[in-house]
Amino acid sequence: MSEAAVMDAETRIVKDATCTFCGCVCDDMELTVVGKRITKAKNACVLGKAWFLNHHIEEHAVATIEGKPATLEEGVERAAQILANARYPIVYGLSDTTCEAQRVAVSIADRVGACVDTTTSVCHGPSGMAFQGVGEVTCTLGEVKNRADLVIFWGGNPAESHPRHWTRYSLMPKGLFVPNGRKGRTAVLVDVRKSKSAAAADIFWQIKPRKDFEVLWALRALVKGVEIDPAIEQETGISLAQMQDLVQRMKSCKFGIIFFGMGLSMTRGKHMNVEAALSLARDLNDYTRFYAKPVRGHGNVTGADNVVAWQTGYPFGVSLGRGYPRFNPGEFTTSDTLARGEADAGLIIASDPAGNFSQPAREHLKKIPYIALDPHESETTRGATVHFCTATYGINTPGTVYRMDDVPIPLRPAFDSPFPSDETVLRAIEKRVRELLRERLTN
Amino acid sequence: MSLVKIANGTVYDPTNNIDGVVQDIWIQDGKIVAPPTATDVRPDRTLDATGLVVMAGGVDMHAHIAGPKVNLARKMRPEDKRLAPPVRRTPNTRSGTVGSVPSTFATGYLYAGMGYTTVFDAAIPPLAARHAHEEFGDTPIIDKGFFLLFGNNHYVLNQIAANEPERLKAFVGWMLHAAKAYAVKVVNPGGIEVWKGGGDNVHSLDESVEHFNVTPRQIITSLTQTAMDLGLPHPVHIHCNNLGLPGNWNTTLATMQALEGRRAHLTHIQFHSYGGGLGEQSQFCSKTTELADYVNAHPNLTVDVGQVLFGETTSMTGDGPLGYYLHKVTGRKWTNADTEMEAGCGIVPITYREKSFVHALQWAIGLEWYLLVNDPWRIAMSTDHPNGGSFLAYPEIIQLLMDRTYRQEVLKRVPPRVLECSVLKDLDREYSLYEIAIITRAAPARMLGLKHKGHLGIGADGDVAIYTPNANKLDMFALPRYVLKGGVVIVEQGEIREELFGRTLYAATSYDDGVLPDIQKWFEEYYTIQFNNYPVDEHYMTNGSTAVACSNR
Repeated sequence: MSEAAVMDAETRIVKDATCTFCGCVCDDMELTVVGKRITKAKNACVLGKAWFLNHHIEEHAVATIEGKPATLEEGVERAAQILANARYPIVYGLSDTTCEAQRVAVSIADRVGACVDTTTSVCHGPSGMAFQGVGEVTCTLGEVKNRADLVIFWGGNPAESHPRHWTRYSLMPKGLFVPNGRKGRTAVLVDVRKSKSAAAADIFWQIKPRKDFEVLWALRALVKGVEIDPAIEQETGISLAQMQDLVQRMKSCKFGIIFFGMGLSMTRGKHMNVEAALSLARDLNDYTRFYAKPVRGHGNVTGADNVVAWQTGYPFGVSLGRGYPRFNPGEFTTSDTLARGEADAGLIIASDPAGNFSQPAREHLKKIPYIALDPHESETTRGATVHFCTATYGINTPGTVYRMDDVPIPLRPAFDSPFPSDETVLRAIEKRVRELLRERLTN
Repeated sequence: MSLVKIANGTVYDPTNNIDGVVQDIWIQDGKIVAPPTATDVRPDRTLDATGLVVMAGGVDMHAHIAGPKVNLARKMRPEDKRLAPPVRRTPNTRSGTVGSVPSTFATGYLYAGMGYTTVFDAAIPPLAARHAHEEFGDTPIIDKGFFLLFGNNHYVLNQIAANEPERLKAFVGWMLHAAKAYAVKVVNPGGIEVWKGGGDNVHSLDESVEHFNVTPRQIITSLTQTAMDLGLPHPVHIHCNNLGLPGNWNTTLATMQALEGRRAHLTHIQFHSYGGGLGEQSQFCSKTTELADYVNAHPNLTVDVGQVLFGETTSMTGDGPLGYYLHKVTGRKWTNADTEMEAGCGIVPITYREKSFVHALQWAIGLEWYLLVNDPWRIAMSTDHPNGGSFLAYPEIIQLLMDRTYRQEVLKRVPPRVLECSVLKDLDREYSLYEIAIITRAAPARMLGLKHKGHLGIGADGDVAIYTPNANKLDMFALPRYVLKGGVVIVEQGEIREELFGRTLYAATSYDDGVLPDIQKWFEEYYTIQFNNYPVDEHYMTNGSTAVACSNR
């Protein structure tokens, strides 16, 4: 858009808009909207700016069937036929859409007896399983802002992945009981590499790869007063003295927290690593208040966990194939049902498994009919039997998303899209699927 | 529109003093109406209730069915659902899981399947109100609402310390409006803030809460008065300090006394009625008699029980330090979830064992409460679902209350010492159907200030439960012959015939908006979401809402 065009178009300001790029879900955006473009995103981080400023409405048919443009109605009919006729369908993705859309997607899965799964299964699924093992001492991010004097980041690089986590929630802000902000907090980073986040930490531990569990378990032992062999340093890269120092800090802080990333949940040990972190935080509550939380990636992956849990009782990896929900990660998780060649149809919402799943899973996905909902083209949409081009949540559609700490936040769209929302498309599919199933019942 | 006639049933409608009278009930467009005077009026549907018992739909005034705490429990406990028979999908209805914390669709179907048509969630942090409403949107059939947590809210504590009752009143009114909530809930006043601040808890009404310089006594009396001043349909709903601890009856009695005649509801009173001292199980005993005497003599007070039943369940509470205590006592997995500026939360699996002296005594104390409160209008049935047990146990409680032989049979199986530490063995009282109708619908509706619920008088909602009489009261109440919601037959002999969605109930509060700038300033300093993104708007009540009027003073 030329300067002159920008001047001519109507300029609007949208206050308190929400950025859904990452799990921080910052809701203090001030967007300057000129026509169908966002020209300024005040308060956004570098990732958020890219999210808002690069957003534009693509030239695309609302639906394509086998690559050819189609009407919404034609797309819905084909999608419903695929799902109603499938024997082992999957519903997958969901972490980059509204809860309103997620609720309808789970409903469709229930009606057709699908396995419903979200991107949680390939990021913090093991964290969810660890939670089922030992529980979790957790809190909203405002508790961290107002009280935390010891903040530990483990297995992540928030400076680059969640830039405002530090400035808005966990390190920099002044809080009720931390009036001096950053000066009142000790920041610790534990990771296998010295990422950009290391520079901001007061203490940085570079541990040996795949030794997270050993370090966490040794810390637990020290908290409990168990003696540790100094040879732990050769094993983990961290000396006993360093560990004793950190344990001392953990026991004597007023409010400590471990924020852990996929460096824990997706490396050797997976849910065992997270169980160790959750157990360490739990044990420290005999001395002080201590918490642990996963740092979630996608804008509404936390909402997906919540919606799937309240509708089925389980957070992800749920089979509705027998007419009621069953939970078994590894069996009903989409990367597995695809890789084993089990699924015979798919409904993929706001996700790109054809771009990032394992080779066997991608190969199988190519062989089965599936429907993809996505505002943009991707490997997945290009291979889809039916692709619906939908409006972008948060920028073009209202709705609800859950921040990584389970706080639900409403969306304030910047401008309308010519494309329907995920929710609208899913509702139409659901309606038609129900009709088809009813017809089958009466025939 | 639709006209339904329930013909010839035996009606138990205590609100209207109807005790087992055979009569017809007419429902038009969802509301109870007078029988038509013209003889040629033909109903669209007639249910023959000859020989059947007709009551208003049940009202559960204290349960945990939605929101962050409930959903964390669902996520934490796959094992709880593994052995429980699931709710299967049908062409008209959704599937779900049960166990102690059913999924949303299952919750709606199971309550309705038992004849309950109105349920309140007892503890929602304001910051998560939107979450509770979203779950309500997926909870079919029943009407529902929730109580909002205030007893450890920083703004509340600040106004009490500063002696600013008008500002407190405006804040509470605004919060209820912003969250679309029904009532003021107080959980372990002051104790959760002490826990969140690194301490363990408060132990008496006059301990000061560090930093805020207020006492539990001040929090209780201020919020009780505030709820009265706002004219809320339901008075303050209090979960006392020291829940579950031996010797806590002193705190409970002191709380009752501190109210000085103000109207209040004390919840899951069973958990607050223990004698004995900390760490001395030998002295653990029932103090129900003493507390029930006080309640009997003070008409400003109502209670619900929080009955314990034997078996596996999940403890979930806004009382964070209690969660830690239970984790330490049971050694089982523990979730704690604190909400900024507002509240706490603890979740721990728990198994109540018949052969455990403590658990059996808790069971006995709950029954003592039902049998020792003279006026059934001042006691409501609850298990504090799922804390004492699932709401699915209500039919069993009814049998325990209506059949003293059955009660004595169970009493024979518990550790003998329970007989010495409680008066249950000496209580011969048996509830009548009329009294059951009081404690399961009429009384909770009245306590909640719901004029259109809990009875079958003209203008009431057409929510009706119709039961087949049976000497076995468990069977009778577990499987109603019909259940109607808003005049629509939704359950027949345990099967859901039609899926509809009930409404959300909230209090229509007014508030002095002159206080908003002060609230906003405080909010923007400490919260991590924007002030404008905090209030929940009507569009979250996708299935309709009813704003229940306050009696403005």
